[in-house]
Amino acid sequence: MSDVAAKVKAIIVDKLGVDESEVTTEASFTNDLGADSLDTVELIMEFEKEFDLAIPDDEAEKISTVGEAIAHIESAL
Amino acid sequence: MELKRVVITGVGTVNPLGNSVEEYWKNLKNGVSGAGPITRFDASLHTTKFACEIKDFDPLKYMEKKEIRKYDLYTQYAFASSEQAVADSGIDLEKVDGDRVGVIWGAGIGGLQTFHEEVRAYKEERPRFSPFFIPKMIANIAGGLVSMKYGFRGPNYTTVSACASASHAMIDALNTIRMGKADMILTGGSEAGVNACGIAGFNSMRAISTRNDDPKTASRPFDKDRDGFVMGEGSAAFIFEEYEHAVARGAKIYAEIAGGGMSADAYHMTAPDPEGKGAYLVMKWALEDAGLKPEDVDYINVHGTSTPLGDIAEPKAILKTFGEHAYKLSISSTKSMTGHLLGAAGAIEGLASVLAMRDSIVPPTINHFTPDPEIDEKLDFTFNKAKEREINVAISNTFGFGGHNATVVFKKL
Repeated sequence: MSDVAAKVKAIIVDKLGVDESEVTTEASFTNDLGADSLDTVELIMEFEKEFDLAIPDDEAEKISTVGEAIAHIESAL
Repeated sequence: MELKRVVITGVGTVNPLGNSVEEYWKNLKNGVSGAGPITRFDASLHTTKFACEIKDFDPLKYMEKKEIRKYDLYTQYAFASSEQAVADSGIDLEKVDGDRVGVIWGAGIGGLQTFHEEVRAYKEERPRFSPFFIPKMIANIAGGLVSMKYGFRGPNYTTVSACASASHAMIDALNTIRMGKADMILTGGSEAGVNACGIAGFNSMRAISTRNDDPKTASRPFDKDRDGFVMGEGSAAFIFEEYEHAVARGAKIYAEIAGGGMSADAYHMTAPDPEGKGAYLVMKWALEDAGLKPEDVDYINVHGTSTPLGDIAEPKAILKTFGEHAYKLSISSTKSMTGHLLGAAGAIEGLASVLAMRDSIVPPTINHFTPDPEIDEKLDFTFNKAKEREINVAISNTFGFGGHNATVVFKKL
């Protein structure tokens, strides 16, 4: 697992209170990990803080799975 | 329209004297102080370094790990006391008609710690707040979240009147059921003010005690050397239920809520009217609302915060309301033990009044050392030691900054 993937998963485990084993690459924040709209916004903000980057709203809307988040962050870094 | 009668069928609490109703009551009767050095945050640079904190609170007993992170402490306390009250009432959540059950809660401030943390994290160059900042902080969220947990879809709102908040909530709960708008209301209040903002804010007002060398005797209502209140925290919850509804399901009944009064001092932002005019009116109107005479009252759980001005005005109002009968009353300020729970004060003190009635024991006003010549010493403040006494009617006074006064009348069924 890449460094980015490990950090992303750790944030998800912490913020959504889910088990690490549930946080697969394909897992959807809302459908699989129980996130609501507020949780999703919070996750994006945590990613921005952790990786010191800005994710504009229109791009954030396209991130709905763990894998999409990792891919977006890796390409932005 | 004939008003319906309302009774209490469930109670719950977490507060500085205990995390259950019976632990709280045992410590109240025994005159135990809940005060100690602040452990919640580093208070070493604060003027006041002690408070009445809740001990060994385990939120996981009442909510999921995921919820804990999203709920301010004041909401967590609400969940704890509500869960106890719902369980104590014996209502079957599967069978109860959730449309006929409401939640009317009281909170003086709400998520003060959340507000502090989020504002501290604010950056001017890129201003963004957590999406949970607002919903976690607002004073009404505890009552909203509790309704979601149980599916209670009846009337739901939160009263905000500083230290009178929970009493206002209880009076509104009473009136809602009286008028037939609900069968049951989960009511009470919660507050979590032991944090840097709460301590420093009240310190600046010179409202809280600075007796750092002896926290346990710092809350000394009606004592000559009192120097302010002691910050407390926690919650108490009640199930208020329409009498016939309670009887029909064979519920255990603690007491009747016979009436309530509400008034204002219309005097000053934080200081009480020195003659206690608003306090007199609120007790008078509460008794009228309950259809009782002053002579019917046995016990007053007073506001008595241990502040220099408040503790003089309230006895004056009692003398004016009750006349000669004032000297036959048992009076106590349980804040001498619990500290001041701000918006939740009316809830834990209402609970103290109900338990006093149940067991015929008046809890004491502890920490009395020196009489204050400005306070009529013929009044019986139940200083230092609990007293056995049959109580048929008890009233609970609460007064809030802003001059808000609320009095609740409890009656033995």
